[in-house]
Amino acid sequence: MAILDARPQRADDGFRWLVIGSAAVVLLLLGLIAIVMTAGAVPVFREMGFTFFVSRRWSVAGDVYGALPFMWGTLYTSVIALAISVPVSLGVALFITQVAPPWLKRPLVYLVDLLAVVPSVVFGLWGILMIAPYLGRSFLTTGLILAMMITPIITSLSREVIETTPASEEEAAYALGATRWEMICGSIWPHSKGGLVGAVMLGLGRAMGETIAAALTIGSAIGQITLDPLKPGNSMPAVIANQWGEAYDLQKSALVALAVVLFAITVLVNLIATAIVQRSMTRTRGQ
Amino acid sequence: MTPGDEPEEGTTKHTLPRRPRVSAATASAAPGADPASVAFDLDKLEVHYGAFRAVREVTLQIRDREITAFIGPSGCGKTTVLRCLNRMNDLIASARVTGKVSYHGIDLYGANVSVTEVRQRIGMVFQKPNPFPTSVYDNVAYGPRINGVRGRAKLDALVERSLRSAALWDEVKGRLSQSALGLSGGQQQRLCIARALAVEPEVVLMDEPCSSLDPIATARIEDLMRELKRTYTIVIVTHNMQQAARVSDCTAFFTAEADPETGNRTGLLVEFDATAKIFESPSDARTENYISGRFG
Amino acid sequence: MIPIGSPAQLGKPSAPQRGDFRPRGRGRAAKNALATATFGAAVVVLAVPLALVLWSVIGRGAHVALERFPAFFTQEIPIVSRRAGPGMGPAILGTLLVTGGATLISVPLGILGAVYLNEYGGASRFARLVRFMAMVMTGVPSIVMGLFVYMVWTIRFGFSALGGALALACLMLPVVIGSTEQMLKLVPDTLREAAYALGATKSRVILTVVLRAALPGTVSGSLLAVARAAGETAPLLFAVGASSSYNADFLQGANTALPMQIFGNATSVFVGAQDRAWGAALTLVLLAFLVTLAARLFTARFATPESN
Repeated sequence: MAILDARPQRADDGFRWLVIGSAAVVLLLLGLIAIVMTAGAVPVFREMGFTFFVSRRWSVAGDVYGALPFMWGTLYTSVIALAISVPVSLGVALFITQVAPPWLKRPLVYLVDLLAVVPSVVFGLWGILMIAPYLGRSFLTTGLILAMMITPIITSLSREVIETTPASEEEAAYALGATRWEMICGSIWPHSKGGLVGAVMLGLGRAMGETIAAALTIGSAIGQITLDPLKPGNSMPAVIANQWGEAYDLQKSALVALAVVLFAITVLVNLIATAIVQRSMTRTRGQ
Repeated sequence: MTPGDEPEEGTTKHTLPRRPRVSAATASAAPGADPASVAFDLDKLEVHYGAFRAVREVTLQIRDREITAFIGPSGCGKTTVLRCLNRMNDLIASARVTGKVSYHGIDLYGANVSVTEVRQRIGMVFQKPNPFPTSVYDNVAYGPRINGVRGRAKLDALVERSLRSAALWDEVKGRLSQSALGLSGGQQQRLCIARALAVEPEVVLMDEPCSSLDPIATARIEDLMRELKRTYTIVIVTHNMQQAARVSDCTAFFTAEADPETGNRTGLLVEFDATAKIFESPSDARTENYISGRFG
Repeated sequence: MIPIGSPAQLGKPSAPQRGDFRPRGRGRAAKNALATATFGAAVVVLAVPLALVLWSVIGRGAHVALERFPAFFTQEIPIVSRRAGPGMGPAILGTLLVTGGATLISVPLGILGAVYLNEYGGASRFARLVRFMAMVMTGVPSIVMGLFVYMVWTIRFGFSALGGALALACLMLPVVIGSTEQMLKLVPDTLREAAYALGATKSRVILTVVLRAALPGTVSGSLLAVARAAGETAPLLFAVGASSSYNADFLQGANTALPMQIFGNATSVFVGAQDRAWGAALTLVLLAFLVTLAARLFTARFATPESN
């Protein structure tokens, strides 16, 4: 009975190493990205030091670079996008989960998914040719377009979070004679608060990282820091996309530095958001 | 040790009782079971999951081409011991097996033993039928295919033979290419038996094979077991005492007691004997209590 | 002593307090109705821009896409962008090359990685690290990927469809890993046990039973990743270059893709170029829709039936 059959064992081991290697590729890639990006950003940090983050100037001729206007643009457009998108997303999510009759739920979900399938460049095209003539290439136009892009994400995730509210708590509210709105305020909101915040943050992360739509509609202004939404501005991903093609040396390094900053911020926001969403979903399911 | 002797101090050693057909002359000769017909020899088998001792010192011998039943309340290690017989416990990372498990004299946990070979020769049927979500034919042909059997004709013959052995052929011969999940529960379980038989094992281990089936399906599987024992050694874990009394030749009764060292409940083998003896005149009081329904 | 509950103690049976069952409190019904109306309005606010976008894409794109059909899909892109008229053939080929290449690279790698995570790694430190990093990677902005591929690949090897495929593969890989791992988790352990008990080795069990059972969901998840990748522009900006003629050479030479053409022509002042951008947008949207539809149909048709 003692059969020593090495063949299947070797193939089995080979497969094991194959899958371990494949998994390691992720680590390899991410590490490479971090190293390459940071290396590319070093020159401009050496040259500008900390002023890189607070300077408004961006002069290719003078080799002086500051990230502030671009950080402002990213922030401002994302805030506008959230201001528009969050109420709509929550409203749609609540409509789908609470108001819509069963036969309407699936088509509505498909409608939201349809919005998600449209590529961002198409939104950018529509924005620049259809909206910009009225609102100009500005923070507002960009915020509007970004809002259209992040709404599906926030809606889907909010839907999932809302659906983890225990049915027993919803029934308890109704049994006390609450109206639907009162039940939402009393049962759904306390449960879903955290998860919804996470969903919104994920939308924020996406808005901040969106390149193409912003590049087309934001206006590519230099040094613009203003609260006037109708003024043209710039954002980190947009300026990289627009200026990279003709950039040299230190400007290139400055653009890479912007990419590093963007990378760091979006990853941070995404991590916090995912942690919040996961915690809220497991907490409510456990009850 | 002949039946009727008191167990030695300190250990409970169980050997198979002599069968009636052994002549009186040899009955007084060498004690112990006839080694040629012993399939499994368990010697002080223990299983730990991490620090938790799941089952304590099991020593028994399972005879060839008989049906041996493991009975006892839940959590007393019956399934754990069963899964040692085909090394399925290897799949659990924290499991540690000590003691010796021999099959026809060969240590199953020895260094040169291929575990896939072990599992091919010692097959298993599970509590809940688990057919693959493919066709009936592909389910039964899975085992032979991974063993390198090729050729449509050979596979067809193997599939038919296995399905006949499992008393399922007549019911499925017209729907071999349809999904196995469309069969009833009892049919699925017989399909799993056919699937296990298709690799031509010597032993079939069954872990509560009828617990998710209705009484009629259960009766058919019990009939099947009586048929199968002519060719295969069968070890069955069952919660159903009456089933053990109906089909098995020998029965092992397990129970769980608090471990003096840790306080956890550890499984242990209480008594192992011919089924008739266990059910009519058990030696141990705990067995007596379980059989008469006083606990468990 | 009057026993509790006798009519004498309770007095007359109480009369109903109100004649109907409307909600008490003024305005509660109104508030509820307002809320419901707001939610409905939100749905409209979502649907209207979507409709407008699709209206523009179809309206303006169909015109140039159908002009002298199938010229739009086969002719080369007019070099003089002032010229009106169809021609996006090279971009369509480019999109197919780049997206196809990215799929061939990232899907097998992603599936194998997910197999490691669910079947081998479990909760080990390495597996947890890989899972975490894959999640981080899904959040990397596409422009960062584009820059990365430029600095690592394009500088050395020049523009090519391969470079674009690599960039898109970086975007797709973590998504494929994540969705495949979810599918693998859904495969019940009892199936694995059955295969092991028949004497199969671990790789056999995974390849013949687990992956097979998880296939529909895996394909569907990968198709969704493909649909997303097809529409990405930023990663391609610095990897593929710009070409207006056909380039079927995957490994060498500048190429182009639909998203890039849209991006480039969107800022053009010439109506002809803008029209081509709309046409390209229509093509891209149709492509993304079809792939997503295929993904949904796949899940629906081949989903594993529940066992009794």
